[in-house]
Amino acid sequence: MILLDKVTKTYIMGEIELTVLKGISIDVREGDFFSIIGPSGSGKSTLMNILGCLDVPTSGEYYLDGQEISTYSENDLAKIRNEKIGFIFQKFNLLPKLDAFENVELPLIYRGIKSKRRKEETEIALDSVGLYDRMHHKPNELSGGQQQRVAIARALVGNPSVLLADEPTGNLDTKSGNEVLDILESLNRKGRTIIVITHDFEVADRSKTEITLRDGIIVNRKVK
Amino acid sequence: MNMSLKNTLKMAIKSILSNKMRTFLTMLGIIIGVFSVIVMVSMGQGATASVTQSIEGMGSNLLNITLTDRTIRFSNDNLSELSMLEGVHMLSPNINWVAPVKYGLNNEAGTSVVGVNENYMVINGYTMMTGRLINPLDIENRNKVVLLGSEVSESLFGQFNPIGESISLSGIKYTVVGVLEENENTLFGDNNNMVLVPYTTGMRQFRTNSIASITIQGTDAASIDKTQSKIETYLMTLYGTDTYRIFNQEQLLSTLNEITGVLTLLLGGIAGISLLVGGIGIMNIMLVTVSERTREIGVRKAIGARRSNILFQFLIESSVISGIGGIIGIMLGILVNRIISTAFEIPISASMQVILIAFLFSLFIGVFFGMYPANKASKLKPVDALRYE
Ligand SMILES: Nc1ncnc2c1ncn2[C@@H]1O[C@H](COP(=O)(O)OP(=O)(O)O)[C@@H](O)[C@H]1O
Ligand SMILES: [Mg+2]
Repeated sequence: MILLDKVTKTYIMGEIELTVLKGISIDVREGDFFSIIGPSGSGKSTLMNILGCLDVPTSGEYYLDGQEISTYSENDLAKIRNEKIGFIFQKFNLLPKLDAFENVELPLIYRGIKSKRRKEETEIALDSVGLYDRMHHKPNELSGGQQQRVAIARALVGNPSVLLADEPTGNLDTKSGNEVLDILESLNRKGRTIIVITHDFEVADRSKTEITLRDGIIVNRKVK
Repeated sequence: MNMSLKNTLKMAIKSILSNKMRTFLTMLGIIIGVFSVIVMVSMGQGATASVTQSIEGMGSNLLNITLTDRTIRFSNDNLSELSMLEGVHMLSPNINWVAPVKYGLNNEAGTSVVGVNENYMVINGYTMMTGRLINPLDIENRNKVVLLGSEVSESLFGQFNPIGESISLSGIKYTVVGVLEENENTLFGDNNNMVLVPYTTGMRQFRTNSIASITIQGTDAASIDKTQSKIETYLMTLYGTDTYRIFNQEQLLSTLNEITGVLTLLLGGIAGISLLVGGIGIMNIMLVTVSERTREIGVRKAIGARRSNILFQFLIESSVISGIGGIIGIMLGILVNRIISTAFEIPISASMQVILIAFLFSLFIGVFFGMYPANKASKLKPVDALRYE
């Protein structure tokens, strides 16, 4: 479902050009639990942003469900981010003034879903991460682990084909980190495709496919 | 299908309410702007209306002729010839003096004394409260009779009936034969604080030997311009140009309306500038808001917001601020109009038109000054916005 062919990414900062991805080719199949590991600065987030259609490659091709991404307009990409992709960030990125319910509901608002159905689906998503009773708490009234679970609910609510998680446990203690991983794992067991970036080898061990990135190059691939 | 206006509006209101003090201060610029536009324009229009009303109150078929050349004066022949001209209905001399008026111990210094004939009351549309008019016999015999304006009567006699009483004008005794009804004041003075005497009597007493000013009533308002040119021809052949001045109320009205119209525009314009300054305040705050919320914009885009969603979110925020500011400004303006109206007894009120224009303008300001920040927000790339700290 996801195919990258010799993708590069070069940042241009004034005079300096910095090539962060140097020809990445990967193939993520439906139902995969795909992990990306590698040292800090190796280009993992850059890769993830491209996968999540938050950014575009400098060269190379990205096929999502058979369609090359550069053929899409800005609005098409917004639609893809809204419908096909669920993004989970290291820093949660919840909107601080909205409560858990409103944060989770947001993708459905942008999709133009009527409020009655929005309410149902939001409640289901919150329930699936075990936060049904915290629905009307603001992010700052929730623990880090709970906030990340709200973020997972937000990524899930639109029923996307793939969940992207950029170091989802990076800001969490071990216990809540494990809770988050358990959720991701159980989602994968139910058939959801998941791509996760991690520093944690234990996490990587739980995945089905594993790649290691170093200086923008894939130095190791493991399919278990 | 993309998100609805209702949800965008809800979102905007939520974020506006999340920073109440800032929103209020931003709104204040618009409130003050709209408020001053409303009050200024209302005052301008009020002034126009009251000027128009007071001039129209004098009758629009009146002409006032004043000789400006001091060497020539109207003779009695002139008067009768003028009154024979086509379009002239009637005329009256109109000679003004100022004199102390006394009754017993009551004293009104500096009262306006007007020398008139029997037509004057009719020409000006004055009515009697009690007593009789000045009649041709009074003129012919130079009778020492006087009609009192309502204020003079009030201050000299209070509640007593002045008819038949004798008052002194500059030391000469006159018999009060009538009292005028209270009149609307006009542009030309206080019509209630004056007394009328037969012009012949006045001329003798005040040693005025000629008539320099008369008031003419035309047969109707429509032909007043034609009548005026007849009179001009008559005066010109007799005395030459530049010896008289004819005062036509229609002309005066349009001139004054022009002046007050320009004044209204000017006042409204100055107030409009403050509205503009309010708009710049909105732009300033919206720019701050956008940069504060860069990360939020990134998150929204990451979960599927389109450029237009972000654009409208911020545009609606600025328009809601300016729109609500506009409504508050309008209500304040209407309130202050009421206060001014009652306190100064001048009828000023904002017309529906002005209110609508002020409201639309304030909305426009919100959209206009919100456009740049909103556009800036909507153009942010999701990655860049998410990296922003
Ligand atoms: N927008 C950007 N502009 C310039 N350089 C960037 C940008 N984003 C990332 N980088 C650089 O690219 C390199 C890889 O970054 P990143 O993908 O975030 O690495 P990782 O997530 O593996 O730690 C880093 O050196 C980082 O400084
Ligand atoms: Mg990273």
